[in-house]
Amino acid sequence: MSANSPAPRASVAFVYGDNIDTDRIIPGKYTKTLDKRELAAHVLEDLDPEFRHRVQAGDVVVAGENFGCGSSREQAPIALQAAGVHAVIARSFAAIFFRNAINIGLPLLEIADYDIVTGDAIHIDLDAAAVRNERTGLMHAARPLPPVMIAILRAGGLVPYLAAHGDFVLPAAPLRADR
Amino acid sequence: MRGRTVAEQIISQHASTTAQADDVVIVRVDGAMATDTTAPFAIETFREMRGVRVWDPARMVFVIDHAAPAPTEAIANLHVMMRTFARETGAVLYEIGTGIGHQVMVERAHVRPGELIVGADSHTVIYGALNAFASGVGSTDLAAVMLTGRTWLRVPRTIRVELIGDAPMGISPKDLTLAIVGRLGIDGATGRAIEFTGAAVRALSLAGRMTMASMAVETGAVAGLVDPSGLELPYAFAATQPEPGAEYEQCITIDVRELAPQIALPHSPDGVVAIDQAAGTRIDMAFIGTCTNGRLEDLRAAAAVLRGQRIASHVRLIIAPASREVFAAGLRDGTIAALTDAGATFITPGCGPCVGTHLGVPGNGEVVISAANRNFQGRMGNPRSAVYLASPATVAASALHGVITAADTRGVA
Repeated sequence: MSANSPAPRASVAFVYGDNIDTDRIIPGKYTKTLDKRELAAHVLEDLDPEFRHRVQAGDVVVAGENFGCGSSREQAPIALQAAGVHAVIARSFAAIFFRNAINIGLPLLEIADYDIVTGDAIHIDLDAAAVRNERTGLMHAARPLPPVMIAILRAGGLVPYLAAHGDFVLPAAPLRADR
Repeated sequence: MRGRTVAEQIISQHASTTAQADDVVIVRVDGAMATDTTAPFAIETFREMRGVRVWDPARMVFVIDHAAPAPTEAIANLHVMMRTFARETGAVLYEIGTGIGHQVMVERAHVRPGELIVGADSHTVIYGALNAFASGVGSTDLAAVMLTGRTWLRVPRTIRVELIGDAPMGISPKDLTLAIVGRLGIDGATGRAIEFTGAAVRALSLAGRMTMASMAVETGAVAGLVDPSGLELPYAFAATQPEPGAEYEQCITIDVRELAPQIALPHSPDGVVAIDQAAGTRIDMAFIGTCTNGRLEDLRAAAAVLRGQRIASHVRLIIAPASREVFAAGLRDGTIAALTDAGATFITPGCGPCVGTHLGVPGNGEVVISAANRNFQGRMGNPRSAVYLASPATVAASALHGVITAADTRGVA
């Protein structure tokens, strides 16, 4: 799924708490594989054993602070993406997970305060970096990504980005990030 | 102009621009490392990027350490993929049993002070012990480094952590480290660099510095830079110190003069308390090893507790030396014999049970005390087990008594 294409329907939210570590997103014992479906088959299984059976393509995971802390395993965002997760919304993300998700074209939206509960239908506007909760009608703006990440996400991930640019490309002067 | 932090200086030297916190820059990478958990995806992605030649094969290091020797046919084939790729590209590969990637990188001098290193493993921050800026990345970032020799990063703001006073006798680098992780919390330094300083930090050996730097990531930090004063390496080097007037986002001081042995309660490495709050808890398994606490001085600390004694009959004590070099040194000085005689089981140098794949998965309801760096639920392979984190001496004393126990360090230097 391209990062630019809108979700085909409203995304159903699965809401979890703070500090969801990568061991709970995909336990280490399942990471030694290149089969993405195998990763999806175990995604979040210790946190919510029902998730992998109920999630549908286009749904979103919503979490609290520090989502994806712990290991650098890219299998964590890959497992979510392979299970059909269209985007992850959190109050904050761990640093390595943040890069890994953008690099594979999985959009992340960092939203400090939201009113979303499990089961809510969410509309995501990636270009505007905002989400709307259908139940409450409220819009939530996400913290802007650094420009280099917007470019990588728009390309669909780091592989297509490098195919298009041949190398990392920034303006000659360093860009000041938003945080 | 204000002074620059260690991170700002090292990144600037690799960015051909004067970088300061919050800048986004492209940097030249001095070295990269990937393990058997992360290399297969990185290799696959490198090929998707139409990569053929690795930017500088001598600087690309693969280590088979996470599931070694291979426990299954599927993992064996991932190892074959790594060997084949290394042979075809000329990249460096360390076989099973050489040791944990981070330990091997330091032993073989693949990382040196002032360098900028990325590793497809979160504990890559450990090279901050050598005054290098080092960050963990995922497989796709690693693939891009293999292709270009560069990556982008946001220059981190720095948190300065100063330990005040000398640590009491018997307080190990791990106790200091757990105290820091407990104080900062699991996301207290997310996206930040940490500079560790103070008398108790400057007094640390290289091994102790590695213990401290390794767990910087347990606070969310992207670098854990240990004050290079007192750093001893087998070669000459220029140290990078923060410039006068360097700007810190936050300065934290921790008085360690009265510090008790520390322990992290299940299921998070920042759930740190003084050991008396967990003492007496019955354990089933004890583990010493990992990039955090698998070096010779860690094994010696355990041997000092266990020499001439026998672990409790209901406890398994599993030890994974951080490298073959550590194992060989421990064989020569009698450490391995003392631990073996006490009932320890030695396994292949490598990550061992820390990552929950094999070599010591706990059973349902079992309690583990571990010298590792993480105790997230399911970390050791079973979500229905509980893992406590402590120093090698505490782990050894707990194995001896069968319950969580502080080591009696009277008379032990």
